[in-house]
Amino acid sequence: MAQGVFAITEQRDGELRKVSFEAVSEGRRVADGLGTELTAVLLGSGVDGLTEELKKYGPDKILVADDAGLAEYTTDAYSNVLAELIQSSDPAVIIMGASAQGKDLAGRLAAKLDAGVAMDCVKVQLDNGNLTYTRPMFGGKINADVEIDGAPQIVAIRPNVMDITEAAKDSAVEKATVQLGEVKTAIVEKKMETGDKVELTEADIIVSGGRGTGGDYAGIEALANALGAAVGASRSAVDEGWRPHSDQVGQTGKTVSPTLYVACGISGAIQHLAGMSTSKYIVAINKDEEAPIFSKADFGIVGDLFEVVPAITEGVKKVKD
Amino acid sequence: MDIVVLVKQVPDTESLVQIADDGVSIKKQDIKWIMNPYDELAVEAALQIKEAQGGTVTILSLGPEKAIETIRTALAMGADQGVHINDSTAEGSDSLATAKLLAAALKDIPYELVIAGHRAVDEDNYQVASAVAELLGIPQVSMVNKVELTDGKITCHRTIEGGTVVVEASLPALFTTQRGLNEPRYASLPGIMKAKKKPVDVKTVADLGVDASLVGAANRKVKIKSLSLPPERQAVKIIEGEAASDKAAALVKILHEETKII
Repeated sequence: MAQGVFAITEQRDGELRKVSFEAVSEGRRVADGLGTELTAVLLGSGVDGLTEELKKYGPDKILVADDAGLAEYTTDAYSNVLAELIQSSDPAVIIMGASAQGKDLAGRLAAKLDAGVAMDCVKVQLDNGNLTYTRPMFGGKINADVEIDGAPQIVAIRPNVMDITEAAKDSAVEKATVQLGEVKTAIVEKKMETGDKVELTEADIIVSGGRGTGGDYAGIEALANALGAAVGASRSAVDEGWRPHSDQVGQTGKTVSPTLYVACGISGAIQHLAGMSTSKYIVAINKDEEAPIFSKADFGIVGDLFEVVPAITEGVKKVKD
Repeated sequence: MDIVVLVKQVPDTESLVQIADDGVSIKKQDIKWIMNPYDELAVEAALQIKEAQGGTVTILSLGPEKAIETIRTALAMGADQGVHINDSTAEGSDSLATAKLLAAALKDIPYELVIAGHRAVDEDNYQVASAVAELLGIPQVSMVNKVELTDGKITCHRTIEGGTVVVEASLPALFTTQRGLNEPRYASLPGIMKAKKKPVDVKTVADLGVDASLVGAANRKVKIKSLSLPPERQAVKIIEGEAASDKAAALVKILHEETKII
């Protein structure tokens, strides 16, 4: 019978991504609840050094698949190798991040293993050995509690939601035999944004601007800089060409869960609210006191964002000094 | 090049979604149904490739009777023909079962390229397209915002956190769309008239040779136990003050002292 929990970690350019620690921490909680072992799975090339960092989050075992063919994520190589590892260890639960990688991988693995996937989960509950996963649907307008029949159960967790818990252990490290299988894709180039731009889905604070900015994001960027935040945008701002598509928050953009979301000049269309309503605190700044955004906000300022936002930036700088 | 586009009919993103009395599905009446916005990008991408190098564009959709509207929309945009898997047995299928049905239908349609939205904005499962690619044994590239085709190969710009990776895949292949790929065209009036006459092949689960015990709501691997609305927030606290600077100062104080974020 399938048993044990796999937490699939994610590294890029030799650095573990934050969602890996969330997956291992959540994996530890699930494994403890089921009274079973947790295996952290690490794929890459020359990644041995990363096992020390993973031990901090308490896996019983770390399974390392190290191969030059795994240096960059490709769907075929990663899914072939993972399917092999899963078939030989037969875990009951597989946890991974619902990141760009996880979202690409999950469906492929599901088809290989004939398994069910709970995608983009924000909560995992254990009751009498049964796991229930809470996942937003319709861009967050509705939450579904789902269960998965059969094994393995594949769970992709939304980045930035699950707690990271240190529980250091002297985990056993095991090298896996790697069979890349047939690989029909190749990475020919990688274009990463330079500087310390914070990725929206992983940001702790987001300052977002909408139609009310009229396309002038200088004030929003200054506030984001002062807060160490990422800059987001509403769909209308993106449609106007003021911001790139990658900045869009909402049902047809990114769903975000930061600690603080500051909505500036965003009226609060239902599809935008769906994408940010799980933020811990929401601040709305809008000159229209009837704007729907205020119904979802914790704190609101009715006023001109071109006056209010720079004043907040000044205030933040003073506090930080 | 022969291209198949996977499309799905979904509730309009501007619509309010309400939970039905059974507690596990949504109220389907009073909803405006649209083509999944990411699928519009997929149809547009297929039409652009067809216009550049010839071939056919086939629209493949699984859905109830109503889903024909979405197939017709794609035909009105310029696609050539449709395949509609319309069978009450398949209703409520989860992602993997949906993928099995679509992959089975694809066995009877010639293609070199399959294009789909990276997710449908209803259940947000992000799985159907990748599972279809796996079941067909073809490579996939997800969340693509730029694509080029050159002699037997496809080059896709795939969006990832903080950047883009350029992925090359051999054909036949599947890719999924991301915003920024293109601006989907509107159906023209002549296009709408023409679409009415374009062929749409209707298939049942039995026609596809898929075991009925693998599909439909009753056979979901991922079972919905209950739906709920996200918890309501407490009423907003509007920060009052004379000048903008007073309000801003009061907000910073709250963020610093109450919420301890800064």
